[in-house]
Amino acid sequence: MKTASTPLGRFWAEFRENKVAVVALVVVILMMLLALFAAFVSPQNPYDMANLSLMDSRRPPGFVGSGGYTHLLGTDPQGRDLLSAIFYGLRISIQIGLAAGIVSLSLGTTLGILAAYIGGRVETLIMRAVDLQLSFPAILLALVIVAMLGQGKAQLIGALVAAQYAYFARTAYGAAKAERGKDYIEAALATPMSGRLVVLRHLLPNCTPPLIVVATVQIANSISLEATLSFLGLGLPVTEPSLGMLISNGFPYMMSGRYWISFYPGVALIILIVAINLVGDQIRDQFNPRLRK
Amino acid sequence: MLGFIIQRFLQAVVVMAVMSVIVFCGVYAIGNPIDIVIPPEATQEIREAAIRRLGLDLPLYKQYFIFMGNLLQGDLGRSFVYNVPVLELIGGRLPATLELVLISVISATVLGVSLGVYAGYRPESWISKTIMGVSVLGFSVPSFWVGLILILFFAVNLGWLPAGGRGETVEIWGVAWSFPTLDGLSHIVLPAVNLALFKLAMMIRLARAGTREIMLTDTIKFARAAGISEGTILRRHLLKLISIPILTVFGLELGSTLAFAVVTETIFSWPGVGKLIIDSIGVLDRPVMVAYLILVAFLFVTINFVIDLVFALIDPRVRQGATS
Repeated sequence: MKTASTPLGRFWAEFRENKVAVVALVVVILMMLLALFAAFVSPQNPYDMANLSLMDSRRPPGFVGSGGYTHLLGTDPQGRDLLSAIFYGLRISIQIGLAAGIVSLSLGTTLGILAAYIGGRVETLIMRAVDLQLSFPAILLALVIVAMLGQGKAQLIGALVAAQYAYFARTAYGAAKAERGKDYIEAALATPMSGRLVVLRHLLPNCTPPLIVVATVQIANSISLEATLSFLGLGLPVTEPSLGMLISNGFPYMMSGRYWISFYPGVALIILIVAINLVGDQIRDQFNPRLRK
Repeated sequence: MLGFIIQRFLQAVVVMAVMSVIVFCGVYAIGNPIDIVIPPEATQEIREAAIRRLGLDLPLYKQYFIFMGNLLQGDLGRSFVYNVPVLELIGGRLPATLELVLISVISATVLGVSLGVYAGYRPESWISKTIMGVSVLGFSVPSFWVGLILILFFAVNLGWLPAGGRGETVEIWGVAWSFPTLDGLSHIVLPAVNLALFKLAMMIRLARAGTREIMLTDTIKFARAAGISEGTILRRHLLKLISIPILTVFGLELGSTLAFAVVTETIFSWPGVGKLIIDSIGVLDRPVMVAYLILVAFLFVTINFVIDLVFALIDPRVRQGATS
């Protein structure tokens, strides 16, 4: 086997050794592709009312509907093909998870690094606020913020960001604080290079490994949190059903044994979250110097 | 020690004050409660009278001071919707939530620590590996979905346990409790299991990590060299040493479980505070929301304060660090 020379190549060579993580990565990529091309792989467009027939509603998996094809996972109360609804729901869930993850990553990292770099009062102010927030459960914060802002995609992402940026801020602060005291930063600051450049070129890149780990975990978390909020009826409007909303829609029918409406979207959600977490676990182990051979 | 207590207490008071402002302002920004409280066909005079009566015509900071003044006298206002004092409303629902949360957290801790110590003591056995595998699931799977599956399996398919409500209750000191009756207990099982799963996974991991670390230390080596039996080592030395982090997490989890009960109570129609807050958010019942959040914030601050004190009692380094 050829030894990879780039850092990324070495990283991948090590990643490849854990078969479970590789399978999980394949699953994550596959689900993202399904979400991206939902319109092409779904048997029907679940949001085109002309496609739906109430005659087909709440049918069990394997039912052949008026569209002439088999509903592999059954249909929901509106007569939608559940498999198609899951693909479209996956798309919305992943969109929200990624958007919330990326925004909280940027916001949290900026705050954390600023606190570590500037120090003094700014540091105290930012980190006190972050610590205060971290002592409260994310679900409660998200709940209140969604209630405050109302329903909608942007509002929901805002609530998720508000509930999660603090984790990034803590991590970035911890890493930056440790790097800040090292000689190479002092040396870079002694050159005519501007402070901003030192932060961007030297400080930030050295803080990324722990941030990547937190990011994978937090994306999985925000997907799960979004599903929970949507399930409670506080997430997205009904016109944009994420996986959580699909599960919520099927809940009333569960009591009468029509399990599939809630069950399959839940399975999709869990496969996605577990796969992301497994990939994240492997990345974390690879970045952890104590576990290095 | 006294200085440490005073310092921590003042910190807690400041945190509470900040939280009350944030909560009040945050909740104030939600919608317009007038539209819910007053029927749309009401005349202009009735509308204005109602706005004045609820104090909604005053500027925000005045409303806050009135609110804080009342709060310090133990008055959290009246619910817009039910028109009863909020404290009465929440107080009536609190036992149901406390019952559920305490049963979940305590059983998760007892079971989680036992399983975790075993998994740490014998890390290579297949039982330990199974325990750890299950704990990963407990972390990843969203708890609301687990709740649905529990209902589907045990209530709908098997018909063993009820899917919702509190069942038969018994009055003790004027408060209704479910746990003393068999019917009540059968109603608690599913929501308690649902609420406990995440904590269980966390306790297992914590106890396992602690056990693995401590089993390698000199304390254990010397205890073994002294000929103390393995059972005594585990009970006397190991449990004592891993108890500090577990105690901390137990306290913190008590608060976060209280918050998470919102989800479980909604799924199992458990008539606790969590369900009340979800319903209140739906109808924008502002005083109830504010009171609930202040209550949770208060519980969190109190728990953190107590944990700090217990820590200072156990570990003298904490005390010294605070005063220097």
